Amino acid sequence: MRANTWAGRNKVEVRDVPDPRILNNRDAIVRITSTAICGSDLHLVDGYVPTMQNGDILGHEFMGEVIEVGSGVPADKLRVGDRVVVPFPIACGACAACAAELYSCCENTNPNAVIAEKMFGHPVAGIFGYSHLTGGFAGGQAQYARVPFADVGPLRIESDLTDEQVLFLSDILPTGYMGAEMCDIQPSDVVAVWGAGPVGQFAMDSARVLGAAKVIAIDKEPYRLRMAEQAGHIPVNFDEVDVRSMLLELTGGRGPDKCIDAVGLEADHGSAHIAAYDRVKQAVRSETERPHALRQAILSCRSGGVVSVIGVYGGLLDKFPAGAWMNRSLTLRTGQCHVQRYMEPLLGRIERGEIDPTRIITHTLPLDEAERGFEIFKNKQDDCEKVVLKP
Amino acid sequence: MELTATTTIRKPAPEVYAFWRDLENLPTFMAHLEEVRATGDRTSHWSAAAPFGTSVAWDAEIIEEVPADKIAWRSTGDADVPNAGTVRFVPAPDGVSTEVHVVLVYEIPGGAVGKAVAKYFGEEPHQQLDDDLRRLKQVLETGEVVRSDGAPWGKRARKEFPQRPAQPLSDAELEKGADA
Repeated sequence: MRANTWAGRNKVEVRDVPDPRILNNRDAIVRITSTAICGSDLHLVDGYVPTMQNGDILGHEFMGEVIEVGSGVPADKLRVGDRVVVPFPIACGACAACAAELYSCCENTNPNAVIAEKMFGHPVAGIFGYSHLTGGFAGGQAQYARVPFADVGPLRIESDLTDEQVLFLSDILPTGYMGAEMCDIQPSDVVAVWGAGPVGQFAMDSARVLGAAKVIAIDKEPYRLRMAEQAGHIPVNFDEVDVRSMLLELTGGRGPDKCIDAVGLEADHGSAHIAAYDRVKQAVRSETERPHALRQAILSCRSGGVVSVIGVYGGLLDKFPAGAWMNRSLTLRTGQCHVQRYMEPLLGRIERGEIDPTRIITHTLPLDEAERGFEIFKNKQDDCEKVVLKP
Repeated sequence: MELTATTTIRKPAPEVYAFWRDLENLPTFMAHLEEVRATGDRTSHWSAAAPFGTSVAWDAEIIEEVPADKIAWRSTGDADVPNAGTVRFVPAPDGVSTEVHVVLVYEIPGGAVGKAVAKYFGEEPHQQLDDDLRRLKQVLETGEVVRSDGAPWGKRARKEFPQRPAQPLSDAELEKGADA
């Protein structure tokens, strides 16, 4: 089959690789009909996540048709011919983390738990196409994928919704939604979202659906801010205005009640000297993150507010504003999305027209053009917001 | 050398105890074991994988067993690497799970066998036992040892660093299997 693979830092390559086979008896094989490039794929390609190997198949947002199931998959859970969206965290459904619906912290699905344990203190779940730290599972930017624990994760789509309407249930829609849900939104809340990429856009839409009074989008790309504005959110361009002053202005001096970091470890910065500091530290690997969005979110949030982090972090960061966090009674909440928890309720919201996931798709390319897809998405060329690939 | 490790398994103590008490189950999750064969109610014959030398085997006996609570065993006769183990099963505070606490003791001899054993356990000897218990948890909670494309051979995962790439195995690789 054809598959998009990691070919070294800043390089991806579509290659011929063997077709996947059942390895565990609760596996299924899915013929992929749509797959997408995620912002977190860029962290892998940029070389900020360790344990990538040449030839690793990328991709953790995919859907398709079940063409084979293992002997341990009950027929009432999944059958050949089912159309499914596959959640990016691989979860067993049986451990204490899964019982608590903390699927991305599943205790059983990462065969390389020992590496994750060394980096994070305790292991994390396996994830498709997302380094050997999260298990070394082949990803979904391919014609076919092996899906472990197929009786736990995949969501069957039985209505006639298009791939484009449901594909993002695999990751970015639940991730954005969880970012807003962690904010415990009240009707009077002003919610500020750092990052108007795909996850940020969905965090904004979710904040609105959950009843926020006002949603603010912070980014520097005019086309991304326009997209947020068209969806009813208030754009703030950090290249043009001072974010703190603008947030104070928009909230009568209080600061946003809830702040969402949808940027993560490769933040751009309006202030040159701090950006240079973080870039140098990151380059020599004495700091693995450029955490500007997170710092600004913490300093901007009103006292007693919530800072919700859904942008990806992988290691260590410097200059964490612990004083602001502690003295102003802020709550910091975070997590890799527990996708399985949100797929069904969000499918309902899509069916009822409350959220339109298709609004962020700007490019649809054949799988064989994945390299170009990465290029334009990474460099924000051609007003690229989200690339869908068709195998 | 004494190794200790612990894990928590979301199954009741009698079930976890019963699985361990059937010593023939041990090779499904303990990386170094090739086979354990029961030779009597309390006696068994164990064989271990190549790193211990060629076909290392020994007899063992259970010296203490308290259902749902504790099993202790030790090698008998002139084992190349005399060893003993204890496993305790303790109900976890959540009321559903069981804490498994394992202690293994090896009397490492001098000479070539001793060197092979030391090399096998490497710089972090406890890691081996931690990994064994992780697999025990996988087997009891999910039914089998979880495989990925990077680490497709189950309990041999630790020997597979650097791993093969995260892409499906070829026919040739599948045919050769774990010993390729």
